[in-house]
Parts: sequence; C-alpha cells; structure tokens
Amino acid sequence: MNRSFPLWPEQAASASGEVDALFLFILGVTGLFALGIWVALFYLAIRYRRRSDDERPAEIHGSLVLELTWTIVPFLIMSAMFVWGAKVYFHMNRPPDDAMTVSVVGKRWMWKLQHPTGQREINELHVPVGRAVRLVITSEDAIHSFFVPAFRIKKDAVPGRYNVAWFRATRIGTYHLFCAEYCGTEHSRMIGRVVVMEPEAYQTWLAGGPAPESPVLAGERLFTELNCITCHRPDSAGRGPVLAGIFGRPVSLRSGETVLADEAYVRESIVAPAAKVVGGYQPVMPTYQGQVSEEQLIALVAYIQSLQVPTEPRPEPGGGATVR
Amino acid sequence: MSQEATTFPRQHYLREGWDLRSWLLTTDHKRIGFLYLVSITVMFALGSFYAALVRWNLLVPDGSLLSAEAYNKAFTAHGVIMVFFFLIPSIPATLGNFLIPLMIGARDLAFPKINLLSWYIYVIGAALTLYALLAGGLDTGWTFYTPYSTVFAQSNVELAAVGIFIAGFSSILTGLNFIVTIHKMRAPGLTWFRMPLFVWAHYATSIIQVLGTPVVAITILLVALERIFHFGFFDPNRGGDPILFQHLFWFYSHPAVYIMILPSMGVVSEIITCFSRKRIFGYGFIAMSSLAIAAIGFLVWAHHMFVTGMAVYSAMVFSALTYLVAVPSAIKTFNWTATLYRGSVKWDTPMIYVFCFIGLFLIGGLTGLFLGNLGTDIHLTDTYFVVAHFHYIMVGGAIMGYLGGLHFWWPKITGRKYIEAWGKVSSLLIFVGFNLTFFPQFVLGYLGMPRRYYVYPDEFQVLNVLSTAGATILGLGYLFPFSYLTHSIFRGEPAGENPWGAKGLEWATQSPPLTHNFETVPVVTEEAYDYASAPKEAVRV
Repeated sequence: MNRSFPLWPEQAASASGEVDALFLFILGVTGLFALGIWVALFYLAIRYRRRSDDERPAEIHGSLVLELTWTIVPFLIMSAMFVWGAKVYFHMNRPPDDAMTVSVVGKRWMWKLQHPTGQREINELHVPVGRAVRLVITSEDAIHSFFVPAFRIKKDAVPGRYNVAWFRATRIGTYHLFCAEYCGTEHSRMIGRVVVMEPEAYQTWLAGGPAPESPVLAGERLFTELNCITCHRPDSAGRGPVLAGIFGRPVSLRSGETVLADEAYVRESIVAPAAKVVGGYQPVMPTYQGQVSEEQLIALVAYIQSLQVPTEPRPEPGGGATVR
Repeated sequence: MSQEATTFPRQHYLREGWDLRSWLLTTDHKRIGFLYLVSITVMFALGSFYAALVRWNLLVPDGSLLSAEAYNKAFTAHGVIMVFFFLIPSIPATLGNFLIPLMIGARDLAFPKINLLSWYIYVIGAALTLYALLAGGLDTGWTFYTPYSTVFAQSNVELAAVGIFIAGFSSILTGLNFIVTIHKMRAPGLTWFRMPLFVWAHYATSIIQVLGTPVVAITILLVALERIFHFGFFDPNRGGDPILFQHLFWFYSHPAVYIMILPSMGVVSEIITCFSRKRIFGYGFIAMSSLAIAAIGFLVWAHHMFVTGMAVYSAMVFSALTYLVAVPSAIKTFNWTATLYRGSVKWDTPMIYVFCFIGLFLIGGLTGLFLGNLGTDIHLTDTYFVVAHFHYIMVGGAIMGYLGGLHFWWPKITGRKYIEAWGKVSSLLIFVGFNLTFFPQFVLGYLGMPRRYYVYPDEFQVLNVLSTAGATILGLGYLFPFSYLTHSIFRGEPAGENPWGAKGLEWATQSPPLTHNFETVPVVTEEAYDYASAPKEAVRV
C-alpha cells in the first residue's frame, strides 16, 4: 500500500488475476495494432514524401478486399475480447453460495459496514483470507461507489437500491478502499481500508470488543417495535402475507407478475409497499419510508431472510439471494 | 504552391465593415463562423484556466493549493465549459459554418438568419452558465449526476442548467441548418457521392445534434425543475430513480462524443488527401462509416453505467454494441493510412496535426476497448484511465483535428499565410505536452486512482507530477498558434486562392471569399479529391 512509485496495482483477490490477464490480452492486441498503424503511417509518409512540386501521383480508388479484411478481422478480434470480458463479468456478478454477507452503507462521506455477526465498522473492513465475502451495497444519500483496486471490484452504492458485489481475498494485507463516484465536497476523503487477515486472527478480531447484536436479532426486535408483527403473523390469520420461507422464492403478485423475493424486493416492500403487492392481499400497508434507516432496513431484511418454514432445513445465513 | 506574388483581393466578406453593427447583424455564414471562432476561443481559454487550476492542485497529494470546494468547482467548470461551450460547437460552428456553403458551391446556409440566431443563443447560454460558474460556482461535475445535483449540491445548479439548456438550441439549430443546406443547396453536378468527406462528416454530426440534444436539454432542465419544485423524478424517496438520470444523460452525452470527433475526422480526410495529393482511399467506406458511427453511437450509452447495478445481460448487450461502434472508426483509420500509399506527402503544419490526430485518436479509440469490455471496465471506470481515454479522444482527436483544420483553412478564412516554422514548432510542443499530460493518467487509472479526487494517496504523486508538467507544456503550446495566427491576420503574406494546391470548391474562389462566395455558380464535373487530373486554373503552380 505504501510503495513509492508503483506501476502495477497489487493483486489481492481472486478476481485480480482474471482481470489482469484480460487487461494484458487487450493491451497486447491493441498495442500491436497501434504499433502497426504508426509504423505504416510513418513509413508511408516518409517513403512517399514529396520530392518535387510537380509530382502527380496516380490515383487509387480503394480495394474492396482490403476494406472487407480490415472490417472483418478487427470485428472478430473484438468479438473475442467481448466474450472473454463477458465471462469475467458474469463471474464477478455471481457470488458463491457460501459467501458471508457484509452490508455496506455509503453516507457522505464515510463507509458504514456491518458483519453478519453484527460487528460494525466505519471506513474499515476486516475480512478473513480465502473466504468469499458478498457485499450488499446501498447509500443513504448521493450515489457512491465501493472500489477496492487491489481486488479489482467496484460497485455503485445507489440510494433506494441494493447492489451486490463479492470478492475472495487471497493475500494478507491492508488495501485501499475508495469512493469512486463523485459525491460532493469530501469525495476524495471518503476512503478507508480493507484489512485481510488470517481466519483465526479474524475470529479473534470478531471476539474483541463488546458482543454486538446480530442483524437478525436487531431485525426481530424492530419487527415487533414497528408493529410489523400485528399484520405479518406467523399463522395465516394476519392482514399481510406470512413471511416465513418466502425469502429467495418467487412470489406471485396481484398484477399477475412474479418476482423473486430477494433483498431488494423485501426492502421495496417496506418503503414502497404498494409497488408490488402479493396476490390475494389488499394494498393496505403504510409506507415506512423515512421511519427506518438504511441500517434498520438491512436488519429487517436479514430477519425476514432468517424466517424459515419450520419443516425445512435452515440454510446458511447470508446465502440465497441473487443479483438484481 | 504559388510562386508569383499574390495580391490581396480588394473585395471580400471582411470588407463589409468592421463596425459592431456589421458583425452583430450579419447573416453571412463566414462572418458568423468568425463570431463563433472568437467566442469559442474565449471559452477555450477559460476552460484551460480551470484545467490549470486542477492540474496544479494535483501536484501535491494533500491538495494545498485549493480548498475541496474550490477544486470541485474548478473541475466542474473545466468540464462544463470545454464540453458544452467549446468541443461541441468547435469545428461545426466555426469551420463547418464557414466551409459547408463554400464546399458545396452555395452562397450561404439554407437559413442565414437562423444561423445568426444560433450564435446569439449560444452567447446567451454561455453568459448564463459563466455567470453561474463565476458567481457561486457549480460543483456537480459536468455530468450533473442525481441525486447529488438535485438534493445535495448547494451550488448554482439551476442557473447553470438553464444556461446549458439554452445553449442546446444553438446546437440543434446549427445541425438543422446544415442538414437542409446539404440536402437542398448543392451546386449542379455535386452528387452525394462527390461531396467532400468533411461535408459527410458534418451531415452525420448534424443528425446526432438534432436527435440527441433535445434529450440532454430536457434532462438537465428536469434537474433544475426537480431542485425548484421537488418533483422527485430522480429521488428514490419520492418514487423516482437516480439511475434514470444517467440513462437520459448518456443517451445524448455518449453520441455527443461523436459530435466532437466526427467533424475532426472530416477535417482529416480533407487534409490527408491534399497533402498526399491522392484521392482518398475507400471514399464510400469513410462516408458510410460516419453514418454508421452516428447510428450505432445512439445505442451504446449504458456502457457508462456498468457498475450501477444494471442487469448482467443488458450490460452484455451494451458492451457488444460498444465493440461494434469501434469498427467504423477502425475502417477510417485504415483508409487514411492507405491514402498515403504512393502519394506525394508534404509535411506541412496541417498534415502534422493530422499525423498527431491519427496517432492519438488511435490510442484514445483503442483504450475505449478496455472500457467497453465488461471484465476490465469494472476496475477502470471512474478512475483516471477514463480521464486519459476521453482526453485522448477529445484533445488528441477533436482538438488536433480542429487545429489542423484551422491551419489548413486559415489562408482561406483570412486570406493570409501564417509562418510555417512557428506552426511546426508549436504542433510538436502540443504533441509532447499532450502525451506527457495524459499518458501517465492511464497508469494512474489502472493503479486505481479515482477521478475527481482532490487529495490522493502519496504513491500516486510521481505520475501526477509528470501529468502536471505535461499540462504546463501543453498550455504554453496553445499560446503559440493563438499568437502567430492572430499576427498573420495583420502581417501575414497574402495567401492567394489556393496556397496548398487543394481540390474542392472552397479553393476555387478568392481568399478571403466574396460575401456571396462565388462570382458564378460553380458546376461540379469531377469526384472529390481528383488530384490526379490536371490542376485547375485556380492552382498556380
């Protein structure tokens, strides 16, 4: 992190090598291409320089064969680049199922992070090496962008949306965390660091400090405090749908559409309940917009995610949702 | 080149008078081109001043020159002025205005009064925006991203937005005027496929201006309305969507890049043929590739938004289309290079700028492949790599083309020659300064330095110092053409009708041209760039 004059960024996550390989491939191809054109340009410009003012070169209209060649060949080469890039991108957007979920809330001008076990951090993220970490990213105000160059990941924190990114750190160390989307006066001070630790050191770090309330427990508490429980009862007698077991499953709406009950859907149902009402129910739920903070919303989502139908085995917390 | 002593014509468009009234009420496309030339030069100087503030602040990592607010206002002012008030009007409003009627053998544009109106609209828009930038300032970046611009920015957003909205109409009117002129006013014999490629490029540009500008004008107006009336188009707390703004904004602002670069490509085609005395290689392919760029350019906007959380498959579609739009640019580059083959290449200042253009546009275009690529864009977007990339396109491409064109047609516009040695020296200085400024930024970007940072980690300092040094050289380099071109207006030798021995109708009339361009309506009997046939009487060898 403190090398004085680096020319290549550190590689500290599983995506770093993939992105660098692709970058070098494009660099190689475009470099050769550019070199070819420059050499041709200067060779021709010197070889055919004007030697007398009376020169009248013969005319050449063009050549269909050449035109087709230099249309089709670049097209094919670029198609290969595109396919490779799409593959890398696809991989970047599919967090593995065993990933641990860290919630990220951008706020002018700081990053607020929370671990699945409840520990909160500001502008600093401690993660164990080798473990996939899935980030659910949102913002309280303007758009920010969560950028860790050494991991080659970047994802915007957009108010009103949950965006997902993930990484698997591969090297112990401390790495830059930047805000990459301009967000006002102190944009360039909205920075922090990601500390990659041995798994044991991470466990020790988690155990240090007071035992926090986990997002699920906080969500459960809020669920009662905000009176959600009066309508969303565990039996089917409430005015709202039963929430146990809905997370990660398709939900049929009144409109006839079907949506996946992911984090974004649950969040939207709290702040804008009338947008996508479940089939068979009336749009009677009031909005909670402005009454719950982004962090409380994340806790509520975590709680609803934890509610499973009792007969089914309980899956790993943090998994299951997909990218919207 | 003319050997005999050329005399300066007694009657020409500049002689119509030097009083204010004769300029401010003129409907002569050449004079309006001159008015634009003066206006955009002023804007360029202002934009460069802000660029200097930005670069000098970045000389040290702790931002000790400016405050954070001042820095943010400086890069915003630089972007707003350069994009909306210099680059977009640059070639079309000056050289295009001056040359299109001359090139197609017309006496003026189709709507001379609308042409003057477009200049007034530009000036009003520029004045309002400048007032907003100077009194209070604007700190949203030229991109006006919501909800920062609508909810959080405390600066002069409304006024600047209205200024840009107004200036948009200037661009729309100019585009409209060119389209009608090119369709209806070509001289007898000047069929579509005999038109100079400069005219084709402006035709494609005008289509983008007419179709795209209304979208951005309305979008920026929506930002202002949202601030004043709190409508909530872009506010998630009111059911709006901040990402919608980005879609609307880039729907125009990506094609806007082609508004900046296509006219330069047109300039390159004119100069490279003249200075290699060759017909252009693959005329039809170059002409059609301009239209292809204009068409596909409208379908790639979301490649600015790959990290906003858009659906994976729509990102793939936009990435693929982005790769597709690179093909016509590649076609042009190959054809220009092939034009030199067996030519008679003369290394005069305009041609040197063309070499600069091709060399730098190549880097700008090819680095676009890294950004259009989904795998690498995630790391690169919003970093200095993007800053370097678009400066290679807009400065290395568009401004090199503009300077090349300005030097090429300067003798036509003013009737005077500039001093060639100065032209060569300053083009070299600009080339070196430009590369030193922007090449290190590619490295900075891959290292991960985000754009719009006013303080940065220490390890990025060496590259930033190089960049600032380059910018200083570049800034000095720009002063040279400004000085010797201005000097030539008063002291330059008379240029004669056709000092370069160029083809094209604009060279078949006196320099500076008559108010009505031609004494008789010219009749075109040959294809464009017919350098092999005997030079016309206009060319005194």
